[in-house]
Amino acid sequence: MTRELLSGNEAVARGAYEAGVRVAAAYPGTPSTEILENLAHHREVYSEWSPNEKVALDVVIGAAYAGSRAMAVMKHVGLNVAADAFFYASMTGAEAGLVLVCADDPEMYSSQNEQDNRNYAKFARVPCLEPGDSQEAKDMVGVALDMSEQFDGPVMLRVTTRISHSDTLVELGERMAKEPAAPPEYRIDRAKYVMVPGNARRRHPIIEERVSRVKEFAETFPYNRVEMSPSTGLRRAQPGNSGQGAGLGIVAAGVAYQYAKEVFPEASVLKLGMTYPLPERMIREFSAQVDRLIVVEELDPFIENEIKLMGIAVEGKSILPICGELDPTIVRQRAVEAGLLPPPCPPRSLPPRERGGQVKLPARPPLLCPGCPHRGLFVVTNKLKVVVSGDIGCYTLGFLPPLSALHTCGCMGASIGQAHGVSKAGIAQKHVAVIGDSTFFHTGMPALLNVAYNQSDTVVIIVDNRTTAMTGHQQHPGTGMTLRGEPTLAVEFEPLARAMGIQRVHTVDPYDLKAVEAALRDCLDNPGPAVIVSRRECALLPAARKQWMALAVNEERCNGCGLCFQVGCPAIVKSETLDEKTGRARAWIDPLLCTGCEICAQVCARKAIMFREEMV
Amino acid sequence: MINFLLVGVGGQGTLLASNVLAQVGVRAGFDVKKAEVHGMAQRGGSVSSQIRWGEKIYSPLIAKGEVDYLVALEKLEALRCVEMLRPGGTVLVGEMRIPPLSVSSGDDVYPGDEEVKRIIGAVTDDVYFVPSLSLAEEAGNVRAHNIVVLGALSNFVEQVELETWLEVIAGQVPEKYIEVNRQAFQMGRASRTR
Repeated sequence: MTRELLSGNEAVARGAYEAGVRVAAAYPGTPSTEILENLAHHREVYSEWSPNEKVALDVVIGAAYAGSRAMAVMKHVGLNVAADAFFYASMTGAEAGLVLVCADDPEMYSSQNEQDNRNYAKFARVPCLEPGDSQEAKDMVGVALDMSEQFDGPVMLRVTTRISHSDTLVELGERMAKEPAAPPEYRIDRAKYVMVPGNARRRHPIIEERVSRVKEFAETFPYNRVEMSPSTGLRRAQPGNSGQGAGLGIVAAGVAYQYAKEVFPEASVLKLGMTYPLPERMIREFSAQVDRLIVVEELDPFIENEIKLMGIAVEGKSILPICGELDPTIVRQRAVEAGLLPPPCPPRSLPPRERGGQVKLPARPPLLCPGCPHRGLFVVTNKLKVVVSGDIGCYTLGFLPPLSALHTCGCMGASIGQAHGVSKAGIAQKHVAVIGDSTFFHTGMPALLNVAYNQSDTVVIIVDNRTTAMTGHQQHPGTGMTLRGEPTLAVEFEPLARAMGIQRVHTVDPYDLKAVEAALRDCLDNPGPAVIVSRRECALLPAARKQWMALAVNEERCNGCGLCFQVGCPAIVKSETLDEKTGRARAWIDPLLCTGCEICAQVCARKAIMFREEMV
Repeated sequence: MINFLLVGVGGQGTLLASNVLAQVGVRAGFDVKKAEVHGMAQRGGSVSSQIRWGEKIYSPLIAKGEVDYLVALEKLEALRCVEMLRPGGTVLVGEMRIPPLSVSSGDDVYPGDEEVKRIIGAVTDDVYFVPSLSLAEEAGNVRAHNIVVLGALSNFVEQVELETWLEVIAGQVPEKYIEVNRQAFQMGRASRTR
């Protein structure tokens, strides 16, 4: 048996392969992206980037209706987009296993909120499995598919950033022989799959009854297990013993189980592999054997509230935080504060010997890379002082100083609808929407249709860097390439915008500041909807890298005015030399970072930054 | 149980180094867990990776004050994490210095070498500055500075044979860079003997 160190995401991909998944679809989103990227290496599985999560989920539901095991993958907020599909799939069930892998992001490492998607599982009456490491992440894909087939409904596999992006050892298996000799006949069952009210009314009781059956199944589900402390008996015999956690009963799932095992080595633990629905008898028996029952879980008190509904005394969020990610440090600290553990003795972390002159370390926030084409656009929107309704992608980082150029970011595709609303409400300033290429395909298109249909003076700038950059360069419908590396047609924005009814359409290169300004002025000065496609490929794409060339500052011309620092490029630095007249530091360009985009050179009023053709 | 914390800046090769460290642990017969945090941007942000070797590892994250080896490819990043270190733990710092934007724009000051030593010295005396860039350049490629630092670290991890390190490195880098990286590792290893 081969054992490999796999990330949770790699393990889910492997699990889907081994369990005979035939169709998988996703939209990229941290922390889930690598699942489909890894699955795409297995040619036996058809895998695709869909334009958004709702489409991805509909695709895999169709595949499961057609009798093939199928998997959709998304980050937590993706399920907001796909929720409509999620709920009808719960109502209909399918002809083959259907699993939704959902990656929550406690601590919001790369997200706008930290919603706990276990609530969706309960909301839609869908069982929820939570792996605690990569081995379980792999195995639970197959378990979820088996359950989906046994109970005729989708199953949610909920991972978190820490599971997705941690590597642990996994025993690999073989792919189940699931390839049929001939395509199966599509089984027509209108009463089950046509969710008109009459059919839906008949289905609803079946779904509620399914929850009861899964609940019973959970009582003997092997991934729900009790690990009784060997010292429980001792602890009960000596009630005066302050204890090292003996007598303590912990309920935990996912990565929180690992923290609990590390922090409470003496406690009894009920490890839940299925967090919805819960095994009530198992919990009741466990709670009867311990003195104090504590749920260790991240984000919402989901398990805690379910246990409370059973009428069992339990604590959780009165001890542990509801916001942010847990880790062993936090769990231990809160346990000590709650009297669950004695204070560390000696202190675990000695106070630093000398704390005099506490230093404030400079932060290192994420930023637009040197050569980023978004920078050119934002330099112009700043110059024209426009309000920018923003969206989700690398360009969101334009909100950071010194550019401070982007003024809202809510969810995927929000910018265009917001800008239309701003336009209808009316404001003193000019305003635009800025949305990325992949984001436009994701949920921007219906909003642009609305701008055309309901006619507003909305200027939509599609920042087309030819890739889904933020999540690590994934393909999308405009790139001409599929997830599986196959060439396909590339959808173009300009004819698409015109077909939607937008008559004023410009295409500009964001490295050409004058052209951007001219196009933007034309759109702002004329009434009616307009689209500007700001097209320049991401500076980190391989073809762009080949064009990199460092620029330099002509020291004799630079007087340290600092205009170039306002473009916020990491490659432009204050040098050691001061201008004699002004006393200000001259600019210096780091040749290791500069890509030669010439945005700073165009901004410089004294022509002190050399253009490419001046560099010999 | 051995807890490593590897830190650096995006694009420096922190994740490659942490992959090597994790695989070496597997080869040496340990249970291994590795947890990574990478910032939102493609590059330029702080990157950190925690690697744990042991008989049986539960948490992929190391508790504050329990890091045995803090390995920093960049000086400022080392300072951010000193409080994670076990009192008396070991720190290896590569010589790279990458000023964040707030420093290059003049709003913040990058701590000087004395300041770096003072801050780390408050937690431990076991600090080693590795001439990672100059050794990597001597080995034939400055980008191998991460492997130089691993070479220096290997002196402290006596449970693992030299060959294991070299085999794992060979499996993690493109074939044409294997020799340069082996060389870089050996130079790092020779730079610092216990």
